[in-house]
Amino acid sequence: MITKEYTITSPQGLHARPATALIRLVKNFISVISIQKGEKITRLNSMINLLSMTIKGGETITIIIEGEDEINAAEALGLFFAEQLKEL
Amino acid sequence: MEKINGTGVSPGIAIGKAFVIKKAEVAVSGILLKGENEVIANVAAFNNAIEVAVNELEVIKLSLAGTDFEILETQIELISDPQIAEDVIEKIQSERKTANDAVIEVIANVVEVFESMDDEYMRARTADIKDIGSRILKHLNNTKTNTARFKPDSIIIADDLSPSDTITMDIKHVNGFATRTGSKTSHAAIIAKAKGIPAVVGCGDSLSTIQNDDVIILDGTSGLLYIDPAEETINEFRLKSEIQKQQSEKLKALKNRPAITTDGKKVMLSANISGAADMDDVHENGGEGIGLFRTELLFMDRTSFPTEDEQFKFYKQAALQSKGKPVIVRTIDIGGDKQLPYFNIPAELNPFLGYRAIRICLDQTDLFITQLKAILRAGVFGDLLIMFPMISNIQEVRAAKNILEKAKEELLAENIPFKANMKVGIMIEIPSAAVTADILAKEVDFFSIGTNDLCQYTLAVDRMNEKITHLYDPFNPGVLRLINNILEQGRKHHIHVGMCGEMAGDPLAALLLLGMGLEEFSMSASSIPTIKNTIINHSEADAKQVYRAVMTMDSSDEITAYLKAQFV
Repeated sequence: MITKEYTITSPQGLHARPATALIRLVKNFISVISIQKGEKITRLNSMINLLSMTIKGGETITIIIEGEDEINAAEALGLFFAEQLKEL
Repeated sequence: MEKINGTGVSPGIAIGKAFVIKKAEVAVSGILLKGENEVIANVAAFNNAIEVAVNELEVIKLSLAGTDFEILETQIELISDPQIAEDVIEKIQSERKTANDAVIEVIANVVEVFESMDDEYMRARTADIKDIGSRILKHLNNTKTNTARFKPDSIIIADDLSPSDTITMDIKHVNGFATRTGSKTSHAAIIAKAKGIPAVVGCGDSLSTIQNDDVIILDGTSGLLYIDPAEETINEFRLKSEIQKQQSEKLKALKNRPAITTDGKKVMLSANISGAADMDDVHENGGEGIGLFRTELLFMDRTSFPTEDEQFKFYKQAALQSKGKPVIVRTIDIGGDKQLPYFNIPAELNPFLGYRAIRICLDQTDLFITQLKAILRAGVFGDLLIMFPMISNIQEVRAAKNILEKAKEELLAENIPFKANMKVGIMIEIPSAAVTADILAKEVDFFSIGTNDLCQYTLAVDRMNEKITHLYDPFNPGVLRLINNILEQGRKHHIHVGMCGEMAGDPLAALLLLGMGLEEFSMSASSIPTIKNTIINHSEADAKQVYRAVMTMDSSDEITAYLKAQFV
């Protein structure tokens, strides 16, 4: 299992556009990937659940990855949160 | 001929044939499934509906090629959301509900969750959730509404137009549209305005009397619909539409003409901008200055606060492109509904009444002083003025001015050139400031009335709350009296008073404000020609009469009806 913390760099937070991109990215992996903010945790396969967490810009979240391709998944998600998110 | 009254949201006249879009009836049947076969059939029907709906959206996406892609991508993700599928199938299997009923209930639950969020953006997503709900139901019940293909010269008549309806609309064939529900901020209204299609929303139930192929005249300016009009009426509107087109050409021609009334009173028509990039548009429309330069843009889309040098470049750019026209720079107005990713303001119950704008600046003075220094430095390159937002009392003005002095001292010590005698003003947008304008006038060089917030705070109306938009009314006599007081005190204390809220660009308000003695109207650049046209075709004496008449009236209904009558 890989656990990593990220700060949300898109000003509007994880609103529809970045959330769509994130859900799409996660679909490429067979690992079970979840997102945690405070007490709340949800699998990253549902837009509804992800949007329901109302993750705002500047907030810190934790990504939990477990599965065969977890190393590749962690790398892709790291890139997403560090680089791509800003542009979404 | 029948006439229907709605809210005009996108100006212009459209003549064409009605194309009625009927939404499938969404009603819970209450039927319970009998036996395992029915359960299996309903689950299968649901899965099939999802698949067909996704395919349909993919096809639309291909045909759109690029432009409005993102909304559709999100729709596809929402429609194939595993949580929705899981909940629906659970309801079918264990509660024996029909697929139709299960979808309605699950969507209603999700809508409820989103509606109760304390985040305006997320609350607005309920429209998307409802949209996917009706898409699934449409395929489940095989009711087809094809919004992608219209006959030429169609006028769309619909209950409401969802995001996917509006973007998939083939606008080549659509002359205009009218909806039963909706307001100025609904998707349909925004898209209509952006695409220049005349539109009327909020027409109410009388819209249901319209049949396919009825001849319709739609006037997006007055908000009126004429059904089956006589030939002469059609001709009359054709002529009117032609005149309107010519008029908009004529308005553009007013560009270099000063805004002077028929009896010689000169007013200043300025523009609101968010950066140097907007400046071309201002010159194009004949703006005489910048009444509001919002600085927030510079602070957004980044991961940390911009440095003094970065800010300096941003303001300098605007100063250089202003061609010597005065530019009022508003210090940062964050908080409320404007958040920065790298500056965490804890969630507040009432962000509009909370830690925002000048309140943050006076608390975190480092941040404030950096911005002030950058503006002072840029003042060397153009006629910049400085303005503080969200002032509620005189201590704040004095504190802000002290920090401004400190910023000057620092620049002086660093031997960096800056404009030492930069004029200082405040936004009047809090009722206490409006009432005590006489006190505040002593400390500043100018006032700028921010009608959007002034209206929201005076009337205790959250301007983001759709349920109470009817109460958000700048023509409320309470708001008008405050504005009048600000102008009166400004005159008495010999300071310049401008207005930079939306009201300044409202043609209905122009004469009244002129009569009240407003000296500077600042609006989005595209509104300037229309307001100028009103000013140059009336006298100040007439405007004063309008003002005196309005101040005797007791309701905004009476006031707006009277103001409308002035234009006939």
